[in-house]
Amino acid sequence: MMSKSKPDDRLIKLSLLMVALTAITVLAVITIFIFEQGLPIMLKYGLKNFLFGQDWYPSEKSFGLLPMIVGSLLVTLGALLIGVPLGLASAIFLTEFSSRRLSRFLKPVIELLAGIPSVVYGFLGLMFLVPFIRENLGGPGLSVLAASIILGIMILPTIISISIDSIRAVPDSYREGSIALGATKWQTVRMVVLPAARSGLVAGIILGMGRAIGETMAVIMVAGNAADLPASWLAPVRTLTSNIALEMAYASGEHRQALFATGVVLFVIIMILNFLANLAARKQSGR
Amino acid sequence: MTRKFRLRPRAEQKVVQFFLYLLTSLAILVLVFILVVILKNGLPQLSLEFLTKNPVHMGKEGGIFSTIVATIYLTFIALLVATPLGVGTAIYLTEYTFEGKITRIIRFGAECLAGIPSIIFGLFGFILFVNKLKFGWSILSGGLTLAFMVLPTIIRTSEEAIKSVPAAYRLVSYSLGSTRWQTVTRVVLPSAAPGIVTGVILSIGRSIGETAAVIFTAGSALHLPSSIFSSARTMSVHFYILAREGISMSKAYGTAAVLVISILLINIVTYYLMGKYIRQSSSE
Repeated sequence: MMSKSKPDDRLIKLSLLMVALTAITVLAVITIFIFEQGLPIMLKYGLKNFLFGQDWYPSEKSFGLLPMIVGSLLVTLGALLIGVPLGLASAIFLTEFSSRRLSRFLKPVIELLAGIPSVVYGFLGLMFLVPFIRENLGGPGLSVLAASIILGIMILPTIISISIDSIRAVPDSYREGSIALGATKWQTVRMVVLPAARSGLVAGIILGMGRAIGETMAVIMVAGNAADLPASWLAPVRTLTSNIALEMAYASGEHRQALFATGVVLFVIIMILNFLANLAARKQSGR
Repeated sequence: MTRKFRLRPRAEQKVVQFFLYLLTSLAILVLVFILVVILKNGLPQLSLEFLTKNPVHMGKEGGIFSTIVATIYLTFIALLVATPLGVGTAIYLTEYTFEGKITRIIRFGAECLAGIPSIIFGLFGFILFVNKLKFGWSILSGGLTLAFMVLPTIIRTSEEAIKSVPAAYRLVSYSLGSTRWQTVTRVVLPSAAPGIVTGVILSIGRSIGETAAVIFTAGSALHLPSSIFSSARTMSVHFYILAREGISMSKAYGTAAVLVISILLINIVTYYLMGKYIRQSSSE
């Protein structure tokens, strides 16, 4: 009976290897599909026209993606300007300056909020933030600013939670050494703890950045989606992701291919970010 | 130059502490505000009828029953596919091989997959499942797309869980003459189960909240799905359409409340499990 229930170990190992290769296979298939659909049209109309063209008129075969590239980068930058100071400050406060009880209670609460779907953030932006901007700052309300704020709030839980983990990973002996030398708590944090946790913090920020640049539905709801270079923080803007989502439902032929080309550009930007995140994370573990 | 204007360290600390306190309160307030607004506006919309009646007139009236069913179907398929793949990958990485080129490639794949935006998964699912495999806009296409989206999460959490099983367990099992597979299935996996379940539950939450990847693969048909080949609209997609097309803000709030409450409940269960798991493994 024993030998019957003992399947061949090598066969199991081989099947597990096949299973384990799923993720990398899916990654390869995604890459091939997006490039297969998007690259030919980019080459046909010229890479330069795609990346630096300012006019997006798919019906007239004009596929300039520059407004969307700038749009994606602008709202992501805006999201970081809001999310990073708030996130880092919260993480530093909760790890170094608050009572243990408070941080024990608040960290799970913040992580719970990370699970709120992005459409919900977009909806609340549409209901509260957009009218507020329209009435108090001018413009249509649907704007770079609105998208930046919503994305900044959306990436907060990610940045806070990863920063807390990497600050907590700094050994206590570092802090004790610094305090023993007569440094104040803040000097210790600024000169010892933060530099030691730096690569973890950077990895968290890059992860938040990836989330912001990849977000679609929340941005569509608050950004206004005009395919023009935004003239100010209060002007509407369209991102790469929204460009795909807005037009995919009815696009066909070269128009659809151009949307996949948008996907190619987005994909390349994300891969560069991933590479940087990996680099930062490796630095941390190699310390 | 900076020397002249520098505050005394103690005063500087007071100032910094004040600002940190201020920024933290702001961050927490904003996050809590979001929760409060959704619950305050959404809870009054909830009733048995809202949960058990199908949407009428594009969702202007009626409830959200069909979208709840669609969400459950889609999530179920996603986890049915992703769990064995993810746990299998984790077992291979931790129990069946040594760190080397292959594990690096596998980990690289999972990490990159985790960073791909959902709209790209949507495009991929649209090309592969909807068009090439001819599943059409369907629960099956949507479920499979979601499966690959949550796969990296399941791999990572399962790997952590399996790694935290004490080596002594394995040694004892081997010394009793068990094969590797017996050790994995009867000793390692049962001890790692709570951690694996945590990853699966987190993935359920992510599947429920996803919109961009689902709308291009499962479509947005409002009727009650009859098979895995029918097109269906999940709660998130329904909520997005209600809000974006301005069909009914009160129904949108109601749907959002159901979404947020179910995801919060799921996350709280996860936390409870994780806490229990950590206590358990630290007491050993």
